[in-house]
Amino acid sequence: MTPALFPGNPQLNTRGGLQHLLSLDGLPRQILTQILDTAAPFTEVAEREVKKVPLLRGKSVFNLFFENSTRTRTTFEIAAKRLSADVINLNINTSSASKGESLLDTVDNLAAMQADMFVVRHASSGAPYLIAQHLAATGRDHIRVVNAGDGRHAHPTQGLLDMFTIRHYKKDFTNLTVAIVGDVLHSRVARSQIHALTTLGVPEVRVIGPKTLLPTAVERLGVRVFHDMKQGLKDVDVVMMLRLQNERMNGALLPSTQEYFKSYGLTPDKLALAKPDAIVMHPGPMNRGVEIDSAVADGGQAVILPQVTFGIAVRMAVMAMLGGA
Amino acid sequence: MNIHITNGRIVDPATNTDKTADLFIADGKIAAIGNTPVGFKAERVIDAKGCVVCPGLVDLSARLREPGFEYRATLESEMAAAAAGGVTSLACPPDTDPPLDEPGLVEMLKHRARLPDFAHVYPVGALTEKLDGKHLTEMAELAEAGCIAFSQANTPIRDTQIMLRAMQYAATFDFPVWLSAQDPHLARDGVAHDGEVASRLGLTGIPVVAETIAIATLLHLVRETGVRLHLQRISSAAGLEMVSAARAAGIAVTCDVSINHLHLSEMDIGYFNPHARLDPPLRSQRDRDALRAGLASGAVNALCSDHTPVDDDGKQMPFGEAEPGATGLELLLPLTLKWAEEMQLPLALALARVTCDPAHIMGIPAGALAVGSAADICIFDPKAEVIVSRERLKSQGRNTPFLGLPLAGRVKWTLVDGVVAFGD
Repeated sequence: MTPALFPGNPQLNTRGGLQHLLSLDGLPRQILTQILDTAAPFTEVAEREVKKVPLLRGKSVFNLFFENSTRTRTTFEIAAKRLSADVINLNINTSSASKGESLLDTVDNLAAMQADMFVVRHASSGAPYLIAQHLAATGRDHIRVVNAGDGRHAHPTQGLLDMFTIRHYKKDFTNLTVAIVGDVLHSRVARSQIHALTTLGVPEVRVIGPKTLLPTAVERLGVRVFHDMKQGLKDVDVVMMLRLQNERMNGALLPSTQEYFKSYGLTPDKLALAKPDAIVMHPGPMNRGVEIDSAVADGGQAVILPQVTFGIAVRMAVMAMLGGA
Repeated sequence: MNIHITNGRIVDPATNTDKTADLFIADGKIAAIGNTPVGFKAERVIDAKGCVVCPGLVDLSARLREPGFEYRATLESEMAAAAAGGVTSLACPPDTDPPLDEPGLVEMLKHRARLPDFAHVYPVGALTEKLDGKHLTEMAELAEAGCIAFSQANTPIRDTQIMLRAMQYAATFDFPVWLSAQDPHLARDGVAHDGEVASRLGLTGIPVVAETIAIATLLHLVRETGVRLHLQRISSAAGLEMVSAARAAGIAVTCDVSINHLHLSEMDIGYFNPHARLDPPLRSQRDRDALRAGLASGAVNALCSDHTPVDDDGKQMPFGEAEPGATGLELLLPLTLKWAEEMQLPLALALARVTCDPAHIMGIPAGALAVGSAADICIFDPKAEVIVSRERLKSQGRNTPFLGLPLAGRVKWTLVDGVVAFGD
């Protein structure tokens, strides 16, 4: 018998605590801050000679990647190993899914192998919710789910590491103007960033892009919309660039990479419109010459590599909070 | 068998009746309402005290999944669901496998459904072969085999010239054409209403303009061809406005909404609830409110279950991959009553939208409690609440966004041609 799907928000437990990390949408500020605070001391673990803490010793973390990713999977793997967990990596698009096994069958099989945590990446928006709802409906709440990117919906650990980076450089969220530039429509990163920034009290969040790459009614997410990058970048404290996926180029969304770069590529000229101490971020991997000029990517205002370093600490914090109980 | 239904409140919108009276059935037909006919001897008495006695419900769209999709549902399971829902006549869309595009298939379906105590099944024939949108079907033959109208189900005809030809051909014989209005290009890859919820959840949107452009095209072609058009499953306020304006301009066009779109909106997707994955998508609350008001005023002509059994494997998927559709036959009556209650409408008006009005669109002699007509009757307790649950549903599709909801209006007996199809 297949159980009925659980309709509520499976992310929070009955006491309002974090049960899974599925989205930053609807997460209270206090939990966001708690994750960032927990991550801070983990940045030092990497500096030690023995880069390990025993918080997840004996726990099994399954990296369930239904969509290819080397970078994100690797950072989750490093984070779990630094917490002393056993890590099992599964690239499902090359195994079960191609044999016709359903998503929930795969989950049931891995749950039967005594998994403690699933780190899930999936091409369909909401797939980690389905897994979490299924685990709840079948009485396996002890298995925690971390969303490592689902469709266009959310990439919460990326959003969190971006907040960690902003806090590191800017200290306070409540006096900032932040611009998110590029393909917001297809970006799970942008959605997570928007929710985190608005929840943490950033007074002005801007999105900048052509109308073909902005979601319908995006302003209802609490952002100001700009189509002119020069206006949008004026006096901002933080510039968050988004990756433009190559496949967006062949459709009717944009005429060419050249024209895109001209209008929305981040060049030193355009960056000069932001505040002098503005920082430049990018979730990677970068398309140099498409959304960002190398002079900016390698310049003094870019904090793109620190983002990667902080990403490990933030993922350690999330896993420790979920699985260290 | 002679049946005497006693003590019931007879509500028949077609004859403008709402009174407590007895109803007498003989030879499968309604023999009398009120006084006992001379020489009538009841072999069975049904005590309908506290119940409403109304015409059996007429459903404009119920997928029985036969032939071809028997793993999702069978004729037996879905006809049992119809009986449990008080539905005594239903139109069956052509999206079976193979589609209802040749007379043999239609005759087989009609034959399979001709068991006693089954609802009357009225097949809707495919407008094009295999619903391919390219070759016209043998409509005259199909009509002879029993098709009451022609449709593409949810598969659009992409080529407007073929649409024009199909309408011209149907109009030649005065066959009605039932169509869904959704531009396939604007709806490409879409899984939800293109609005705030889809943007937030990262779901590919289907804009309202996909519906309005399709309606505009169809209405222009109706003007050109004079075909009788019924628009199935209107989903937007803007779409409904266009239909009303066309009707005011003298164009013969009717439309319906589904129980899902009457009660739900994009908000009900919640946290990716695949039960709310429907075709057309659930739209904004403003759209829903316009459909509710339109159904009350008659701008929307009928309410249907849009019964689409989907098995659990098809539903327990990420939202965008889940199969669209929900079970509905057993929810048609209680959701009609819920709408009437919330809108404070007279019971007879509400029941008209699921009895005589859809019967009129189908062109069938049903949906009325007239003396001499077939004794297709639904007897329900309007106060009794039932919680929608997987265990209670008789349909093999146990998926509906209304699971867990308590609904008033419990069918106690369903009679088809004077035979008790449901109830003890």
